[in-house]
Amino acid sequence: MSDTVSIQAQHITKLYGDKRALDDVTFEITKGELFGFIGPDGAGKTTLFRIITSLLKPGTGSITVEGLDTVKDYTRLRKILGYMPGRFSLYQDLTVEENLRFFAGIFHTTPEENYELVKDIYSQIEPFKNRKAGKLSGGMKQKLALSCALIHKPEVLVLDEPTTGVDAVSRIEFWEMLAKLRLSGITIIVSTPYMDEASRCDRVALMQNGKIMITDTPDGIRKSFGQELWAVRADDTYRLLADLRQFKAARSAFPFGEYIHLSLKEGAVTQADLISSLKSMGHANIGVSKIEPSIEDCFMEMMKKSE
Amino acid sequence: MPIIEVENLVKKFGSFIANDHLTFSVDEGEIFGFLGANGAGKTTAMKILCGLSSPTSGKVNVAGFDVYRQSEMIKKRIGYMSQRFSLFDDLSVWENFQFFGGIYGLPAAQIRQRTTELLGRLGLESEKNQLLGSLPLGWKQKLAFSVAIIHKPSIVFLDEPTGGVDPITRRQFWEIIYETASQGITVFVTTHYMDEAEYCQRVSIMADGKIVALDTPANLKAKYNTASIEEVFLKIARN
Repeated sequence: MSDTVSIQAQHITKLYGDKRALDDVTFEITKGELFGFIGPDGAGKTTLFRIITSLLKPGTGSITVEGLDTVKDYTRLRKILGYMPGRFSLYQDLTVEENLRFFAGIFHTTPEENYELVKDIYSQIEPFKNRKAGKLSGGMKQKLALSCALIHKPEVLVLDEPTTGVDAVSRIEFWEMLAKLRLSGITIIVSTPYMDEASRCDRVALMQNGKIMITDTPDGIRKSFGQELWAVRADDTYRLLADLRQFKAARSAFPFGEYIHLSLKEGAVTQADLISSLKSMGHANIGVSKIEPSIEDCFMEMMKKSE
Repeated sequence: MPIIEVENLVKKFGSFIANDHLTFSVDEGEIFGFLGANGAGKTTAMKILCGLSSPTSGKVNVAGFDVYRQSEMIKKRIGYMSQRFSLFDDLSVWENFQFFGGIYGLPAAQIRQRTTELLGRLGLESEKNQLLGSLPLGWKQKLAFSVAIIHKPSIVFLDEPTGGVDPITRRQFWEIIYETASQGITVFVTTHYMDEAEYCQRVSIMADGKIVALDTPANLKAKYNTASIEEVFLKIARN
């Protein structure tokens, strides 16, 4: 194995009863990468993260992290991992500072020793260091949890859905923190159900029903879409959607905010054709423009293919 | 005609002002988006509108009833669904409908008729004897929504109904919302997906306990000179 590889997973399968939580999952993550696992609830993200962090054993297959096997070498592995589980799991009745000191202590270090690494994040909540963790706002809890996961200077940081249920502003702030952290050279893996967060990662794996549908850079995934895509709007979006779906030339039509993303069969119609047929159906204020697909467009395209 | 009327609603917890003089109204059959950053005061306001909490001051009327004196009547006329509070995993689909229909006090014949009608609309008739826990999340969310309107409420409150759902199911969910609104049921919805805010007829954005913006998505984008509601939201919340 190359010394640039941080995490290598081979043919991981995990069953819960007869339900396949993970189905032959294989991937490789490079040292220092910010890598995203993107998919809805039930895709298998949390199960995968629990296996990577040695909290669950894989059914079949194996994973190494920094050369350590997650089953055989789990005691050594845990020392080099920082893990932020999906659910807030700090001690609610300890203060901010006590939590940080506790997690540092578990790893035989002190907040002072590794303060540089968490400074940017922790300094934002330091004014509230005597407040109980349970009394913090959602955004502050998140910052504390990240500080606690980092305080022992892990080589790999594992963040399970850190932005789920978090508002748009706090999500952006969180990704800005990760972008800064990435510069320190730490390998970071993140899971998220928000497709738009993919563009923040170096590479992503799109997951659905326990499988990885594709692994690539965000740009690489967008290029794989391979179809012309149009953004169409008109005054009555709901009727427009129904009408576009009736189009013989339409492959798919999905609403995206005030627009409908329409993918057409190869060379079927021109922009002018499209506008004139929509006009003849009585639509007003029609707008049609060619667009680049988003990760969400790609995700839906792949979901349809796998059906 | 407004189905929700709120005038100078104030809710304090000790010295903390969670809702600071909210004034707005929602029309019958409207899809109304209720946005705001975490901690802006959305949940507090929603609890009051659902009759679960009393305002400190102000006038609040929901479905023709006063929240101070007639909160029990309000509860009968509304439906509620959130990602957190859903159906019972260890009951079958059918049993869940019977249970919640019963809670809303519907007669047995009407529960049966509504259950058949709603399952038919989702195309899930053949799943009616399956345990809810065995179904995919997307189906559960759609079923939870159907249960929330089993009693044909005046208003249905949806608290982040599509959280964590795959992008195709998320869009199907909004088609069900449109269909429901077209039948005259008012939809009051919160979401963290900003593209969904654009599916609403009007949206309000809360910050620090106040409503700082309320208009149609198109007007808000024009006013803040942005291409999307997400940018409007960021402009407001970052100030």
